[in-house]
Amino acid sequence: MTAPDISELQESLLAEVASADSLDALEAVRVSALGKKGAITAQMKGLGALDGEARKEAGQALNRVKDAVQAAIGARQAALDAVALEARLAHETVDVTLPPRPRLEGHLHPVSQVTEECIAIFGEMGFTVAEGPDIEDDFHNFTALNIPPEHPARQMHDTFYLNPPDDRPAPVLRTHTSPVQIRTMETSKPPIRIIAPGRTYRSDSDATHTPMFHQIEALVVDETTHMGHLKGCIIDFCRAFFDIPDLPVRFRPSHFPFTEPSMEVDIGCSREGGELRIGNFGEGADNWLEIMGSGMVHPKVLEYGGIDPTKYQGFAFGMGIDRIAMLKYGIPDLRTFFDADIRWLRHYGFVPLAVPSMVRGL
Amino acid sequence: MKFTLGWLKDHLETEASVGEIVETLIEIGLEVDTVDDPAAELSAFRVAHVVSAEQHPDADRLRVCRVDTGDGTVQVVCGAPNARAGMKGVFAPVGTWVPGIEVELKAAKIRGIESSGMLVSEREMGLSDEHDGIIDLPEDAPIGVPFAEVLGIDDPVIDIELTPNRPDCTGVRGIARDLAAAGLGMLKSFDSAVPVAGSYDSPVNWEIAGDGNACSYVVGRHFKGLTNGPAPKWLQDRLRAVGLRPISALVDVTNYVSLDLGRPLHVFDAGKLKNKTLTMRRARDGEDFMALVEKEYTLDNEMTVIGDGDTAEALAGVMGGLESSCTEETTEVFLEVALFDPVSVATTGRKLQMESDARYRFERGVDPESAEWGAEVAARLILEFCGGETSMPTSAGAMPDWQRSVELRNDRVATLGGVDVPAERQAEILEALGFETERLNGRMNAAVPSWRPDIGGEADLVEEITRIHGFDRIAPVSLDRDAALPAVAITPEQRRTSTVRRALAANGLDEAVTWSFMGRAHAELFGEFSETLLLANPISSELDAMRPSILGNLLLAAGRNADRGFADVGLFELGPAYQDATPDGQQLVAAGVRHGHVQLAHWSDKARVADALDAKADALAALEAAGAPAANVQISRDAPDWYHPGRSGALRLGKNILAYFGEVHPAVLRGLNVRGPAVGFEVFLDNLPPRKDKGSSRLPLRLESLQPVRRDFAFLVNAEVQAGDLLRAARGADRDVITDVALFDVYEGKNVEEGKKSLAIQATLQPTDATFTDAEIEEFSAKIVAAVEKATGGALRG
Repeated sequence: MTAPDISELQESLLAEVASADSLDALEAVRVSALGKKGAITAQMKGLGALDGEARKEAGQALNRVKDAVQAAIGARQAALDAVALEARLAHETVDVTLPPRPRLEGHLHPVSQVTEECIAIFGEMGFTVAEGPDIEDDFHNFTALNIPPEHPARQMHDTFYLNPPDDRPAPVLRTHTSPVQIRTMETSKPPIRIIAPGRTYRSDSDATHTPMFHQIEALVVDETTHMGHLKGCIIDFCRAFFDIPDLPVRFRPSHFPFTEPSMEVDIGCSREGGELRIGNFGEGADNWLEIMGSGMVHPKVLEYGGIDPTKYQGFAFGMGIDRIAMLKYGIPDLRTFFDADIRWLRHYGFVPLAVPSMVRGL
Repeated sequence: MKFTLGWLKDHLETEASVGEIVETLIEIGLEVDTVDDPAAELSAFRVAHVVSAEQHPDADRLRVCRVDTGDGTVQVVCGAPNARAGMKGVFAPVGTWVPGIEVELKAAKIRGIESSGMLVSEREMGLSDEHDGIIDLPEDAPIGVPFAEVLGIDDPVIDIELTPNRPDCTGVRGIARDLAAAGLGMLKSFDSAVPVAGSYDSPVNWEIAGDGNACSYVVGRHFKGLTNGPAPKWLQDRLRAVGLRPISALVDVTNYVSLDLGRPLHVFDAGKLKNKTLTMRRARDGEDFMALVEKEYTLDNEMTVIGDGDTAEALAGVMGGLESSCTEETTEVFLEVALFDPVSVATTGRKLQMESDARYRFERGVDPESAEWGAEVAARLILEFCGGETSMPTSAGAMPDWQRSVELRNDRVATLGGVDVPAERQAEILEALGFETERLNGRMNAAVPSWRPDIGGEADLVEEITRIHGFDRIAPVSLDRDAALPAVAITPEQRRTSTVRRALAANGLDEAVTWSFMGRAHAELFGEFSETLLLANPISSELDAMRPSILGNLLLAAGRNADRGFADVGLFELGPAYQDATPDGQQLVAAGVRHGHVQLAHWSDKARVADALDAKADALAALEAAGAPAANVQISRDAPDWYHPGRSGALRLGKNILAYFGEVHPAVLRGLNVRGPAVGFEVFLDNLPPRKDKGSSRLPLRLESLQPVRRDFAFLVNAEVQAGDLLRAARGADRDVITDVALFDVYEGKNVEEGKKSLAIQATLQPTDATFTDAEIEEFSAKIVAAVEKATGGALRG
């Protein structure tokens, strides 16, 4: 075969490849060119009749043809594959506006979330969480907190009593989380640094009071903690909790039986337009909102807890968890906290993966 | 406790403004509730001169007045019959809010004549019902001056909410003393206590019965030849300003001294007393008392009365009686200046639900010394206002010994109060508050004044010094920690609780917080009810017992949601349930309910109503999150009787019950009046085994290089055979090789004979050293079939 013959063969084979309009047609071309009885294969077999240089030359030429044809078939095959895929995909559609299969996720109640937020903040300050029973005895709820028997808080209109099982004083539903202070002092030695969140009860029921609510209590007892520390700790907490670095915090002298000196704590707010907002709005007379009671632990309370008041001192404070939740998250009505209205729980609740942490932000 | 600025200035020499005074009151712990400034509210109303008043051309009853307001002359059309030229009246310009008729004045034409502003009546100003004509002032009233000033109601009223420890501030003088100590002026001297000489022996005397009544000491004085008219205007104005109605000079004096000095008094009309001796005694059980407020009370033996013979003429420390009260005809009186036990007065007042100014003061603790000076102050005022003469004082009992000293180490102000206050300044503050101090080396003795029963120890003195020095001068100090990193704040149990809560929410349940109480009738649906859980004073019968189970409240909540049109809910709560009233009787429980559909109708799936196994899944999710050994948990059919007997179960570790789950018993739903069905679970977190501390390291992971083999089997078993038994048998057939058994079909019906069912499982066989041969696989399969047959009597389906 002469060089022009070989060149002609290549052209005709490439033309056949180019004109193959299906994978089957392309396969037929491949067989007719490269199959056992194909044109190129036949020429290859004929090389044996040549000799020396001629055979070498013709062999090389044929190999070039073979490579070119194979490459053309590969390219043609890819092109035909692409067309076929395109044709298939053109038939495969889904209505992407269909709603997906539901994935139900519940929510955490704001009381749980806010409690954990408080734990995250106080945890950074070295507090640990203590707990106590809801049904308390008279001693832990009142006497040990220096609340004398005749104190109005002990009367029927404030405290829930249970029917006494025998001659002993009737058990009470704890009216505050403060009995946990006493239980902690009874079972541990200073230095003490605890917080105690939990359910509390008072026989009150109106627009702003519910018979059950939540408090969080803090207690620090050591040899050196003074009112400056009390102020520092509360200011640090309030600013972190509300995430307002310049939140004004005011301390007013007040009176509680279990602390001396005692102070009430106000934070800055605005009531403009009838809407309550927490923040720094200047120190106008109307720009304060009371949020907790605090003070230095009364020496008698330390004594009741079995701690030497001539050696140890410290502070305590307590606030309503529901209340700070309302303030932080703009929840208008306390009573709705306990109604378990599914619309409310979903609206004000928190997704379970949002675990509060000071490192990640509350 | 209400007082006016003018009243305060009787005792306090000060130039401070109302604003400064209010701010200081707050800073020293006298919380200001409200400040009312009537002058500010009525500031637009000013004295004006009616220059001329002419007949309106088109209206008989109207006059056209030219009015000099002090700011110029305006024309006003006025309909009052007494409007006339030359008179002085009260003028309100355009733009004024007129409270009595609730109108903001606008310039107007009245019958064609321009009118700018208004001459007003007392009713229009909201001062009284007087509306016969416009206010007609004396000729010398100065034009342009605010009318409130002329009227003497320009005195701002301050109302403070007094903490129970400050009896001294139940009188204006005590408040003045606190303000003076805080540097807001000088406390004026108090000279009205100078003794008033008596001219005769009192014909009425005191006796204190030895029955342990509330009175420790009482002073009295008799007065005769009195004329009980109205009190002077200044005193009436004072009383009115703080919300009291003036009655007569005698009664007003007692109220005034009570408010001014915190010393409650009572005057008996001596002419109406039947006996020569008034007796402090306990009341008889069931004794009747007709109070001054014309209401009858029934007393008991715990209360103290002032008896005139057999009749109770006053309820000690709370209120006088109607019978012996003073009237305008009264000419002789007997004055009571007593000391009563605070607790007794408080208890009596509370029992009878009687509020009074006397109770307010006695229950906080009245200054014991005031028994003596109170009699002098009252005598001086009574004689001044009513004439007549007074007897020598008469008394019974003895003044309690109130003198005491408290020691203060001066450095405690810094070490407890957190602020450095020099010792001289400490003494100065205490002296200003009425203490007498004696300075010693590094400490001082402070003699407590008679009016401060609240001061008991060193901490009280630190409070006095720091509150007057100013809490804002205590520098805040952030808490420091022992180490750079904080210790873990919560216990493993608390962390477990938190994880369970988040796991249940992640499982699709919404967290609720419901009452710890429920109604007894509902509580009794949840097992044997302990009477110790009943509240003695519930707020309603629906909330009269501590809940023995959380489920009831959650089911009620689901019912409420269904009533609102949201029947498909999943709720859980993590909180207490109570077995009895002891601290150990409180359990921590995670409970949940699913009501309605767990899966709503969707284009890809059919709707599905919650069933017992949804509740089981929730309970298992909670246990798994809690780190319980879920693989070892056994399932039994013995859930308590608030669950459906055939569709419920218990999850347990031996005898230890970890959880119940299942459909709620229809009778319980009926008892709660909730439409079912509903399913629920209770996980008892306190029953979970404590997590063993095995360190943080996990067991080594073993990854087999050989592929597992899976084989399917369908067994025909009796219908009552439990799937769990079959699965356990299959799994146990060769624990080394069979790593998993999954149930993939449960079938009853066509091609399965009556009373039987088909259970299809897939077993996973894991080779370790070499691929299984066919013979080996056959061998394992035979083991599974044999084990299942042995445990359940089932056979491979043909």
